[in-house]
Amino acid sequence: MSAVATNRPRRETAGRRLRRAALDGAAVPVMAVLGLAAFWLFPDDLGLMTRIAATALYVLSLDLVLGFGGIATLGQAAMFGTGAYAAGIAAVNLVNEPITLLAIGGVAGGLIALVTGALILHARGLTLLMLTIAVVQIVQEVANKARDWTGGSDGLSGIDPAPVLGLFRFDLYGRTSYLFALAVLIVGYLVARRIVRSPFGLACRGVKEDPLRVAALGGSPKRYLVTLYAVAGVFAGVAGALTAVTSGIVGLDSASFSWSAEALVMLVLGGTGRLYGAVIGTVAFMTIHHILASSDPFHWMLFIGLFLMAIVLFAPGGITSGIERVVHRLKRGRA
Amino acid sequence: METVFGIVVDGVAYGMILFIISVGLSVTLGLMRVVNLAHGAFAMVAGYIASYAAQRLGLPYAAALVVAVLLTVVATLPMERLLYRRIYGSANELSQVLLTIGLTFVIVAGINYLFGPTLKRIPLPDALLGTVSIGPKSIPAHRAFVIGMGAATILGLWWLLERTDFGIKLRAAVDDPNMAAALGIRTERLYMATFALGTGLAAMGGVLGAELLPLEPYYAIRYIVLFLAVVAVGGAGSIFGSAAAALALGIVDTAGKYLIPNFGEFFFYAALILILFRWPHGFFHGRSA
Repeated sequence: MSAVATNRPRRETAGRRLRRAALDGAAVPVMAVLGLAAFWLFPDDLGLMTRIAATALYVLSLDLVLGFGGIATLGQAAMFGTGAYAAGIAAVNLVNEPITLLAIGGVAGGLIALVTGALILHARGLTLLMLTIAVVQIVQEVANKARDWTGGSDGLSGIDPAPVLGLFRFDLYGRTSYLFALAVLIVGYLVARRIVRSPFGLACRGVKEDPLRVAALGGSPKRYLVTLYAVAGVFAGVAGALTAVTSGIVGLDSASFSWSAEALVMLVLGGTGRLYGAVIGTVAFMTIHHILASSDPFHWMLFIGLFLMAIVLFAPGGITSGIERVVHRLKRGRA
Repeated sequence: METVFGIVVDGVAYGMILFIISVGLSVTLGLMRVVNLAHGAFAMVAGYIASYAAQRLGLPYAAALVVAVLLTVVATLPMERLLYRRIYGSANELSQVLLTIGLTFVIVAGINYLFGPTLKRIPLPDALLGTVSIGPKSIPAHRAFVIGMGAATILGLWWLLERTDFGIKLRAAVDDPNMAAALGIRTERLYMATFALGTGLAAMGGVLGAELLPLEPYYAIRYIVLFLAVVAVGGAGSIFGSAAAALALGIVDTAGKYLIPNFGEFFFYAALILILFRWPHGFFHGRSA
């Protein structure tokens, strides 16, 4: 239990590494095929599925920070909310080209992550958790007070994006929204995978495993972490902008403590340190939430509470590692 | 002048409640290194028990307080054995956050199922409804009572930690758990006793503070950030640090609400960031970080 939770590097056999690489490679085509299949199979739930795709990108950003940098944060929504508001404000006042809006959201999310990350990432443990919470609360408070720009607690509405690439108009049924969100998610996933596999990504993993040794080798752990935090902030900002563009509104809850905590729950549900874990966790969480919360939000809390406790106690790696372990055991049984 | 006096009285009373609840969290964090996000839920459970005992069973206020504290401790001790013991230690931060958030959700859902989503009150006895005069001024009796209980808690904890065998063992285990165990201190029992102490304090604070932190199912989630802020600023495991941090935060928060009602939260969190940026181990760096 403790061995898993401390994220000690497990010795990986060549075979397992190969298998994981294959899984990683298969993730994108599988995601595309399933995403398109869902488009045909559930034409009435496109709104929900659009939200799932945008949220998956957001959880992916948290996975970069937590799974690959080891930064425990309860403030990822600060970047998501900043991106959403930046894109929303730009859409109302300046431009309405959707991809430009995503870029604006990404830049805003990255900037806020860079500034706050440089301020807070020297801390660890409870102090860091508190600092991330404080950041997200301040962002929310600013959004609440700047009513003229953000609409305050009424939310920001009136976002009317132009057709994607000048070709595909956002229709009433949300078809364009969904396909656009799915495409952005897949591109984001590919970029994230590239980052994770780059020398920079490996260095970040090194910082996570042993910051002291990285420092001894001449690297600066804090600089790596701040850069990673900013990069993940770009992802979260794009995810926020994507939500703003596809849903047409931005609310105060997009920069809330509970939205940060929910991202953490989704990520852990799927399994940290694997990019596809973030996607699987988001799909599982949002689907169950959709089914349970429609009857009574407290049923949902009971369920997710018990589920979280069960994961920590019995399946510390989340869904993906649970499946991997079952598969592993089955294979050993056959041999 | 009246305003300043009001701010001080309300702020100190509020701070004392924050202290009574948070100090339990601080002690368990200092000793067991566990970030217990369910701490606020324990305080809430005690408040609901006291409310039920007073309103439905007709117990007097003091009896309801004692019953609530005892029942909460008894109810949470099995959790220490079954859940918390597995996640002690600073290496398990993420597991701690997740497990205790999960526990909080379950408690919130359970409380809502049992007591419903409406606001619950704990009726105060007549003795606490009037005012107490100090020289030319008079202050509400309930505030005076809370301040008195808070001061008594500070003194009691100081005596417990500095003047008793239990306190010596506890401080030894905070400094170096392995060495303490090697010297024959039964750390497991110590952990359990400390957990019970922390929960009991949370329970007392939940009941006493029901006037200031109103009881509703989302109590557990709404106020936990506040309690954690006290611990982070005060430094884990430090009683006087917690007291000073709680009083400071209580007064700042109250002053913010009185004077600049629109920006209270903002200044609260900005102050938190500045303090933790300069003193990452807490303003009153305790024995353990």
